[in-house]
Amino acid sequence: MTEACDILAAADPAGVADVGVQTQLAVEKFLYCQADILDEKRMDEWLALFTDDGFYWMPSEEGQIEGDGMPNIFWEDQDLMLMRISRNTHPRAHSQAPHNRLNHVVSNVVIESENADGDIIVRSRFHCSEYFRYQVRMFSGKYRHLLKKTPDGYRIALQRVDLVNREGPYDYVLQWWL
Amino acid sequence: MTWTKEKLAGLVEPDRAHRKAYTDPEIFNLEMERIFERTWIYIGHESQVKTPGDYYLAQVGRQPVIMIRSQDDQVHVLYNRCPHRGAQLCTARKGNTGNHFYCSYHAWTFHLDGKLESMPAKGEYDGTNLDFDNPEFHMSRLPRADNYRGFWFASLSDEGPNLETHLGESTAAFDQLIDRAPGKETEVVGDCFRMVQQSNWKIFLENQLDASHPGVTHESTGKAAQKIEAKKRDEGEEVPLELTFLSDFARLGHDGWTKFGTVGYRNGHSSLEGYMGLRPDDPDTKEYVRRMYEAYGEEKAEEILGINIHHMLVYPCNSVQPPLQQLRTIRPLAHDKTLTEIWHFRLKEAPEEIYRRSLAYYYLVNSPSTLVNADDLFNWWKCQHGLDSSASEWVSFHRKAGQDEQRDGISYSAPESMSELPLRHMMHAWRDYMTADAGDKS
Repeated sequence: MTEACDILAAADPAGVADVGVQTQLAVEKFLYCQADILDEKRMDEWLALFTDDGFYWMPSEEGQIEGDGMPNIFWEDQDLMLMRISRNTHPRAHSQAPHNRLNHVVSNVVIESENADGDIIVRSRFHCSEYFRYQVRMFSGKYRHLLKKTPDGYRIALQRVDLVNREGPYDYVLQWWL
Repeated sequence: MTWTKEKLAGLVEPDRAHRKAYTDPEIFNLEMERIFERTWIYIGHESQVKTPGDYYLAQVGRQPVIMIRSQDDQVHVLYNRCPHRGAQLCTARKGNTGNHFYCSYHAWTFHLDGKLESMPAKGEYDGTNLDFDNPEFHMSRLPRADNYRGFWFASLSDEGPNLETHLGESTAAFDQLIDRAPGKETEVVGDCFRMVQQSNWKIFLENQLDASHPGVTHESTGKAAQKIEAKKRDEGEEVPLELTFLSDFARLGHDGWTKFGTVGYRNGHSSLEGYMGLRPDDPDTKEYVRRMYEAYGEEKAEEILGINIHHMLVYPCNSVQPPLQQLRTIRPLAHDKTLTEIWHFRLKEAPEEIYRRSLAYYYLVNSPSTLVNADDLFNWWKCQHGLDSSASEWVSFHRKAGQDEQRDGISYSAPESMSELPLRHMMHAWRDYMTADAGDKS
């Protein structure tokens, strides 16, 4: 089992932590900035959002509690994320010419828990529209972030993304993370 | 336009096909009638319905169908329609329907083999023509359903060759999906990924065995994978095999693909020889080969592992990649829209790492976040739009045309070439299906 998946699986998905306003604001700011980095495709900053062993995870089944060793829509560590960035920004990535555009709105930010080290589990909801091939696609779903507190601020140990329509069918692929 | 047989035949020439075959909605309807609703269409694998009551929805041509396992452990393929007022009996794509089907409209119930079981106020049918033994009041069975070693197919025609005859040489793909398991069984893992291609179904099939596209279409992905490989080497880490699945696109370049032959079989099936070198000299592969020897004996095991198919196209609906246990099936929706189901399989009693190679390929190439099909799907969409243009009426299949070798009714590509044999072969089969006598369905 992946440790970060274990931690998320063990946490109460309906939990509401009693945290101070400063913590709430700091966590919200982090989530909004992450969405901004993705929408603006500031990809060097994207990788730095994650811990060295962090994962971006979009499970393919609702009840799934582990990403490793099973089918996923996304299951990416730093290397796979770097590969995605390298590919999508390569001049011959012709399906990214013209580039797609993403626009996220993140809301309903509820901190589930904060441990003694200041590590956070937080859930939120998102809407994202994507402009691609002269059409707009809509995505929405739920985020759960496991955030590590570091001297440089929060870093993502695990981001779980549950799309409302995870079963598809998918009208074209997801080239970037949501 | 009335598409007479002569006009249809005129759409296919030895080295080119007419764009109307891809863009005309009327032709799409004829394809449904004459190909998808006449020949054998893939439904699913038996492991999708493991216990009685398990069902999975599928589609044959334009007909929504249900694959169901009954209490006596038989698999049935039924139309998804209540004989009473027409309501669909199953709406979730998969599930377990219990001991019977239950119609949500008037509570008619059906046995799992489709026979009418009961309904409320049954006595009110006394003296009417409703007859519990009359199949008209059952969930209709498809005219034919059969399986090849657990891979289920159905046909909407009660005429034509049986399944095994239809599959012919393409059974090798299914054999490989099973025989490569030391436990001599295979099973699906999880649900399939479903992707909609905004393009004609033939464009997908034509891409699958097209050795001249990967070095071009997937160059960016190959280069990106090479970059990660180099980073891992610099950091003293091992390069996982799955990265080479992608870096091969860049490494082989354009001409590196000439060594992989293609073959055209009877009934439109075709194959591309393997290239992936899936027998590396690592401990997991060694352990896998050891288990294969133990299960089959050395000679038979080597025979199974020596079969070198990268891709088998089972015309008109499957694309199978046995070395990595991938199976794609298509459900054409319109002339410019094609649904694909993408499955992967676990080989029983193979080491976990062997499954993980299959899983990695499934993720990198076939998942909704794929870095590979992203460019394929985009190309196909562009082709579909391009073919709407009247700049030219033709699609070119000229590469090595006229140089295919024929032996015993099977076509082999010219050696050391990226021949477009499979494209020619499939369109010739298409012409034969489209112009065949309609039989009892005319």
